[in-house]
Amino acid sequence: MVFDRLENYRDPARVAALRERIDAAACSLKRPLRLMEVCGGHTMAIHRFGIHTLMPPQLDLISGPGCPVCVTPGAYIDAAVEWGESCDGIVVTFGDLYGVPGSDESLEEAAGRGLDVRIVYSPGDALDIAERHAERKVVFLGVGFETTAPVVAATLGQARSRRQTNFQVMSAHKTMPGALRALVECGDSALDGFILPGHVSAITGAEPYRFLAEDYGVACCITGFEPVDIMQGILSLVLQCGRSEPKVDNRYGRAVRPGGNPRALELLRRTFVAVDSQWRGMGCIEGSGLDLSESWSDYAVPAPDPRLESENDVRCSCGEVLRGVITPPQCPLFASSCTPKTPIGPCMVSSEGSCAAHYRYTL
Amino acid sequence: MCLAVPVKLVEVDGDRGLAQFSGSRREVGLQLLDRPEAGDYVLLHAGFAIQKLDPQEALETLELLDEMAGLRDSELKNGI
Ligand code: SF4
Repeated sequence: MVFDRLENYRDPARVAALRERIDAAACSLKRPLRLMEVCGGHTMAIHRFGIHTLMPPQLDLISGPGCPVCVTPGAYIDAAVEWGESCDGIVVTFGDLYGVPGSDESLEEAAGRGLDVRIVYSPGDALDIAERHAERKVVFLGVGFETTAPVVAATLGQARSRRQTNFQVMSAHKTMPGALRALVECGDSALDGFILPGHVSAITGAEPYRFLAEDYGVACCITGFEPVDIMQGILSLVLQCGRSEPKVDNRYGRAVRPGGNPRALELLRRTFVAVDSQWRGMGCIEGSGLDLSESWSDYAVPAPDPRLESENDVRCSCGEVLRGVITPPQCPLFASSCTPKTPIGPCMVSSEGSCAAHYRYTL
Repeated sequence: MCLAVPVKLVEVDGDRGLAQFSGSRREVGLQLLDRPEAGDYVLLHAGFAIQKLDPQEALETLELLDEMAGLRDSELKNGI
């Protein structure tokens, strides 16, 4: 069966055939193209499989703001630490967020001072922790895009049906379309095409991105994470740009239906409301965050004010990296004082941050 | 962080299911799926199935590509 054998989507002959097509299509371009992969998973895959090394000179692949922990502001980490200290509660998080710097310290450093921080693979595990420690308060740090927010919503549903009242969520969930609009509007990343996130789109479908093609003329393609998927996505973008016919193409049909996952979308609507959200490196973006709705207020630990700009390490250029204005090696600290062992900014902390991906696979 | 892996559901019991992947089994939440059944392939993310995978689409993608590129089975290491 085809899903047991992902090698199908890694077959060298298929990748080579797509490479030829991309080369041919790029030859007839009038100018070079800047294509951004939005999702941290794509950033990792592109580096891991060496896809950037297969690109003709006319194509520039750049990374965008799609690593959720990289765009989570320091103030959120600060608020989580403060909450834990104020009530001697248990702070539960995905592992990716553990080492990300706050204004003063990371969760990891706070844990070193005695804060009770636990790392889980699933928010469901956080609920189990709450069940085992009924006498203590437990907060789950809700970070992630449209892929992850429904999973947290489902967990909240379980919490309510189990009457688990010591379980709460501090939501810093973010949504993609607003951030992409901000990117094309600010203009300094000068983008011709987006490789759109496959698993966000499995939930949202293609519709929320239509404005990018129709109002801003940016080519878009949703695709998966195997080499054949990514090469097909790039080919689609080059063809769209060559013909000056931008649209939202879907090359991940096995997982992405036009309307996304209606059940998950309905759950999102019932659990969250759209709010403004602070993105590290991009500022406050209108309507780009998800907070728990009124009916879930008893399960909510408030996140910091989205207009609050955090004090980031001034030496770090993550903001420019996340907007695709510079590549990681253009940061003076890259691979000198900033490495995965001694990370200075979140793009080096998170395994799918672009600085970490560059470091791991290109040095 | 939006990492999701394809897994096969081997058991379904209401909102909970058992998934098999790379030799191991684990429990998955099925709240986000419409009528999941044992035998379905799904995308697993953070302990929950977030979407069903469509095997027909998966095959057609590869077939179309092979046809377009004129690839024959003998040239492929991993045919369909
Ligand atoms: S290399 Fe380090 S300091 Fe430079 S932008 Fe990346 S994370 Fe920040």
